[in-house]
Amino acid sequence: MSPNLKRPRKILNPPLVKGFKPYGPALSQGRDAIMMHFEEYEALRLCDYDMLNHHDASQEMGVSRPTFTRIYASARKKIARAFVEGKQITLEGGKVYFDSDWYHCLDCGCYFNNPEMSLPVTDCPLCGHNSFTRAMPTSPLDSEEISTGDYCICPGCGKEIEHIPGIPCNAEYCPVCQTRMRRKGNPS
Amino acid sequence: MKIAITSRGNTPDALLDQRFGRCNYFVVHDSQTGSIEYIPNPGKVLEEGAGPAAVELLSSRKVMMIISGEFGIKIKPILDSLNVQLIIIKDRERTVGGIIQMLNHKKL
Repeated sequence: MSPNLKRPRKILNPPLVKGFKPYGPALSQGRDAIMMHFEEYEALRLCDYDMLNHHDASQEMGVSRPTFTRIYASARKKIARAFVEGKQITLEGGKVYFDSDWYHCLDCGCYFNNPEMSLPVTDCPLCGHNSFTRAMPTSPLDSEEISTGDYCICPGCGKEIEHIPGIPCNAEYCPVCQTRMRRKGNPS
Repeated sequence: MKIAITSRGNTPDALLDQRFGRCNYFVVHDSQTGSIEYIPNPGKVLEEGAGPAAVELLSSRKVMMIISGEFGIKIKPILDSLNVQLIIIKDRERTVGGIIQMLNHKKL
């Protein structure tokens, strides 16, 4: 079996700064900063700032719960190393994509997004009116789903459904014969 | 700020093209100078990757807002990381001239 490709991680709020610097004597400034990926920053933000549990946070980022825990553990390890060794942290890289939410203007009927994710939306960019709602996932958002190419298969009747990251296959039941599902292509 | 609108033709009366990557023309409007430029879409005939090609064309012109009827799945993450504002208009009867007028009217 070929190794699994890294699934892109969804980042809702990119960090406001590019990194962190220590101060005081015994500085090791400029030399070997610790690189922290955007996905690790996002994991830390979801878990310790927004106080989500690992399961909910993993679904926000579009990865499985174990993967999320690995990203989160790596983030904490890097921060601890930077603190103890007095190193800089630079926030960069990682396999990520930035996603912004859609809004729906009630006046002109258009849909728009908010590219400056850290700033709140005040008015419609097209008509300037300030009456809008968060677009429901049924509107333009439904084309946003990223297919992972993974399928859950029913061992009983062979029915296949698309695998949703974060939900183990054996927690899904076959819509036809109610048997527990299994990951397609997995021999066990 | 430069604003791109997907258009079916190269006149102000042309209708908004509902497709982003495969529209006939891009109308690039500069809200500071008021200039309007019609660019034929070179990516229209591409078999695949018309969307990313269009993004490249528009980002080379420093467009910060794109108005179209629809954006493909490949496009949204690229444009999000470029900080480009996207606007979707589902109404098929809108003309390019009308949209530009609406944008200019907003500032007053």
